Amino acid sequence: MAKIKGAVVVDVERCKGCNLCVVACPLDVLELQPREVNNRGYHFAYMKNHEKCIGCQSCALVCPDGCISVYRIQEN
Amino acid sequence: MKPEDIISKGECVYKKPSLLTDANMHYCPGCSHGVVHKLIAEVIEEMGMEDKAVGVSPVGCAVFAYNYIDVDWVQAAHGRAPSVATALKRLNPENLVFTYQGDGDLAAIGTCETIHAANRGENIAIIFINNAIYGMTGGQMAPTTLLGMKTATTPYGRRVDLNGHPLVMAPLMAQLDGTCYVTRQSVHTPGAVRKAKAAIRKAFENSMAGKGTSMVEIVSTCNSGWKLTPAQANEWMVEHMFKKYPLGDLKNE
Amino acid sequence: MESEIRLMKGNEALAHAMIRYGADGYFGYPITPQSEVLETLEAEMPWETTGMVVLQAESEVAAINMVYAGAGCGKAVCTSSSSPGMSLMQEGVSYIAAAELPALLINCMRGGPGLGTIQPSQADYFQTTKGGGHGDYHLIALAPSSVQEMCDFVALGWDLAFKYRNPAIILADGIVGQMMEKVVLPEQRSRRTQEEVRKQCPWAVTGKKNRKRNVITSLELEAPAMEKINNHLQAKYKEIEANEVRYEALNTEDCDYLLVAFGSMARICEKVMELARKQGLKAGLLRPITLWPFPAAAIAEAAKKAKGILVVELSAGQMIEDVKLAVNCNVEVRHYGRLGGVVPNPDEVLDALKGMIK
Repeated sequence: MAKIKGAVVVDVERCKGCNLCVVACPLDVLELQPREVNNRGYHFAYMKNHEKCIGCQSCALVCPDGCISVYRIQEN
Repeated sequence: MKPEDIISKGECVYKKPSLLTDANMHYCPGCSHGVVHKLIAEVIEEMGMEDKAVGVSPVGCAVFAYNYIDVDWVQAAHGRAPSVATALKRLNPENLVFTYQGDGDLAAIGTCETIHAANRGENIAIIFINNAIYGMTGGQMAPTTLLGMKTATTPYGRRVDLNGHPLVMAPLMAQLDGTCYVTRQSVHTPGAVRKAKAAIRKAFENSMAGKGTSMVEIVSTCNSGWKLTPAQANEWMVEHMFKKYPLGDLKNE
Repeated sequence: MESEIRLMKGNEALAHAMIRYGADGYFGYPITPQSEVLETLEAEMPWETTGMVVLQAESEVAAINMVYAGAGCGKAVCTSSSSPGMSLMQEGVSYIAAAELPALLINCMRGGPGLGTIQPSQADYFQTTKGGGHGDYHLIALAPSSVQEMCDFVALGWDLAFKYRNPAIILADGIVGQMMEKVVLPEQRSRRTQEEVRKQCPWAVTGKKNRKRNVITSLELEAPAMEKINNHLQAKYKEIEANEVRYEALNTEDCDYLLVAFGSMARICEKVMELARKQGLKAGLLRPITLWPFPAAAIAEAAKKAKGILVVELSAGQMIEDVKLAVNCNVEVRHYGRLGGVVPNPDEVLDALKGMIK
């Protein structure tokens, strides 16, 4: 059966670490960087569990700063 | 499959609309303004109205909206955005004219202009950000502040005897003959964001079709002003704001 | 429409002049003694002929912000009001000046302060020439003294406004607005096409077709950048002061006593001058046409040989301050005025002038 795999790219310097994408993700893919910060001092979002991502765009839709691009592919 | 492979071989299904500029938005982390800006940019892009859109930015946090959405803008005096939009649209009817106003701008200092522009049925779209607080000036009471809600000017909570009742704008606007579409939306979940976008699109299409005034109220958060995390602010909004400002269409003609 | 001679009120002439200029829009709110402007426009229905937009706004506040927007999209737009209404508009006027927009404003002054009276006055001189709204800005202020000038200054005001990207104001009073005179109306000019507007006003918000986005704003949070904007405005004001001073001088070459008056009071002072000369008193009259920029040099020149200056105003003495500055207190400068809507007759002004004789 075909399986949808997804991945997101976070514009790290645009991200303000508001955590709304983390909360919106239904599959616990995202997390805020616990230690690293961007140039403006924010703990930015990243894919902690990338293998779970299905490219549903929930994170990107609620992102207030338009930081997230979502990619999707059908895996056979 | 590695994320890099998905990104290089897969399809990009979501990205920042190109009409949203690369400028970092000055809004606090988690602010609803950013989501609504993004939706407006997406809708203008999808309608192919980049060259015809003129936005009117308010006084308040969104005063700098013109730095973020790459269309022509007029920055209006506090509360006067509907008057500004009235003239823009009447003088250039081919333009897509919208205002972007907060609760102080639309429901306090600009109530008169809002009601009268809508009552004249100006062919404009009004985007109304209702977060029940004055964000930019530091979290003072707004006309839409809920009873009991603590703000910088209601430090012990809003009281009817001292501060009067929260002003509920959407039903007022819906009863005016000049409005064609009045709706309340939110942007706290992916589903809500999709609905809000559809509402903005409808409002913009109405204005171009000459159907009259549309108002899309976005019940929003101001997590800084509310002194909550962005996620907590969303929960608080669902629990408290939606009771006074329930989501859905009030008028759709 | 050809040029034609008509008999009409000053306020009506304003309306006809707007239409014939090829104006794009008028936004106003009724107030005595200038309501005929909006009434005439509504009766003429220019939207049927030239396409001019006419709108009765819900308030003066709304009207001035409509003008702000209309000027922001490069259109020739106008509002008119009378004193209390002008006070309401001042925030918007400051915005228009700050954003460097070419709007035309008209104040048909009435007696104040407060709700005051509906009779004529000139007590908004300070408001018009010294600010009115907040911040360092100037309006190009034109003071008509006849119905013909009410008509002519519409075109002049807009031309100057567009030339300098600066609001211009016609500072009329209840007399000039209400009195009927012969007026030569100019021939109809066609309204500019949208392409012409875009070419003339590349800064205007018309939709960003074939260019970067335009933003009409007066906001700048960085103090040094805001100072730069202010310096730019001040440089523009200096240029206007150098180029656009207008006045009328009557019998000033040989006068012993100089009358200085604007608008309707200048008309009365013409009679005063005539009566004085009949009695052997060599009087002259200098009538500032632009109240800002003020004809200070012309007044100083006319006052060189004069023994005294009488400034006649329908106020407690406002323009007199600029006259005193112009002559650097080298000549005695006195004021004569009536207040609250009372208009003096030539005899009482003549008595005041005679009172200056030593």
